Amino acid sequence: MTAEYRPDWRPAASTGMLQLRARIVSRLRAFLDNQGVLEVETPLLSHCAATDVHLRSLATRYTGPGAPGGRTLYLHTSPEYPMKRLLAAGSGSIYQLCKAFRDGESGRLHNPEFTLLEWYQVGDDHHALMGRIAALVGDALYGLLDLAPAETITYREAFLHYAGVDPFTDAAALIDWAHRHGLGPPDTAGALPAGDLDGWRDLVLTHAVEPNLGRGRLVFVHDYPASQAALACVRPGIPPLAERFELYLEGVELANGYHELADAPELGRRFDTDLERRRVLGLATVPRDERLLAALAAGLPDCSGVAIGIDRLIMLAAGARAIDSVLAFPLERA
Amino acid sequence: MTTYSTNEFKPGLKVMLDGDPCSIIENEFVKPGKGQAFNRVKIRNLKTGRVIERTYKSGDTMEGADVIDIEMQYLYNDGEFWHFMNPESFEQIAADHNAVGDAAKWMKEQDTCMVTLWNGVPLSVEPPHTVVLKIVETDPGVRGDTSGGGGKPATLDTGAVVRVPLFVQVGELVKVNTRTGEYISRAKE
Repeated sequence: MTAEYRPDWRPAASTGMLQLRARIVSRLRAFLDNQGVLEVETPLLSHCAATDVHLRSLATRYTGPGAPGGRTLYLHTSPEYPMKRLLAAGSGSIYQLCKAFRDGESGRLHNPEFTLLEWYQVGDDHHALMGRIAALVGDALYGLLDLAPAETITYREAFLHYAGVDPFTDAAALIDWAHRHGLGPPDTAGALPAGDLDGWRDLVLTHAVEPNLGRGRLVFVHDYPASQAALACVRPGIPPLAERFELYLEGVELANGYHELADAPELGRRFDTDLERRRVLGLATVPRDERLLAALAAGLPDCSGVAIGIDRLIMLAAGARAIDSVLAFPLERA
Repeated sequence: MTTYSTNEFKPGLKVMLDGDPCSIIENEFVKPGKGQAFNRVKIRNLKTGRVIERTYKSGDTMEGADVIDIEMQYLYNDGEFWHFMNPESFEQIAADHNAVGDAAKWMKEQDTCMVTLWNGVPLSVEPPHTVVLKIVETDPGVRGDTSGGGGKPATLDTGAVVRVPLFVQVGELVKVNTRTGEYISRAKE
């Protein structure tokens, strides 16, 4: 038998791409270190997992001292929960560069294991943090991409401008929009239940809005529907709006951030709502992070936080089309 | 019937859409970080050749299409149908003009073709990449020309017309690329 030749032993990313990655990561670190933001590390493996119905945690098992019969541990989908515990314990502003893991996500812009920069700035609301992020990303891309000044647009304005439909009407208007654009029932996105307003919003967002966002500049979309608040504060009003934002560049979602919810009972209710939806949808149920709830009850300082997708940032800096080209060993070669 | 979930989508997968057999050309996974995942798919209708775009909610399924590609020997044309034989089972099938299409002008009896069957019925026929055919009609060439520059039209015994070099004459065999319709070389029996 001759040894089988496996060309896929080679990295997917070129050496130049690895050098670009190192340069961008070191610039991000330098920027945050200069601002006095403390770099921290938190566990990748945790007893609890994100409850968000659109996030699927990878689970593994630990068996050994302390767990003779073995116990389930989840690979985090982001370091949000333990970092908030650090904030509640008085860490001040912190950041972390780490891997995050999401089951079920693989494609041109997705790898189930990816690099996140998670950053919490104490005392900032979401608008203040958006300004800092524009400076951080602008600095990391300096000399690589020539960008116009960053802009902000509300979620509603973005829908009206690029898709011509108001996301705060009912699902029927969005279904009608999808139908008129050849995306609607019966056999395609029709598998989305008519009552799944956020699902229809996501259909319009991904097909008609996102591809137009951030052409030649950073664009922050903010003021999301309250139903998409995740862990953001909700500002009362008609309609109530989540103090959440997303950053786009060249049609690619680069970051997601919140003016962080600090209300422990409200967080508990959101966890329970998520878990109930998981039950209805037949998704895996996960344990609530009671330690995070306790941390919020003890007092989370007013802060805003963001998670920035570093692989996508490098991809855009390099003018690459797919995330695989900036990863040494994407899923297929891992 | 086989069904495929979006996680199984990949180029070449044969699925049913609107009652027609189709082949997936492109599959893109699209998902907002905190939102619904979709698969945007480009699909070719194997009956009409038309390419359409569809979006599926990730986790959705499509019914598989019983489409297979099988090498068959071309036997003869009866004026309406082209008859093929499976060289292993000796089973014979008849393909109509819609299925054979342009392949007709390249096929010679005994040639091995790739026949795409849907539920056992021919959907399309692909001739061999290269075929050797006889020239039945062409203008006499200029004596001494061996370069092949310029060329002239020649009608082959299957009815196809290709450009051949000036030195190639009636009665000679030529090798032709069926994908481009271009002359490759002269050939021996």
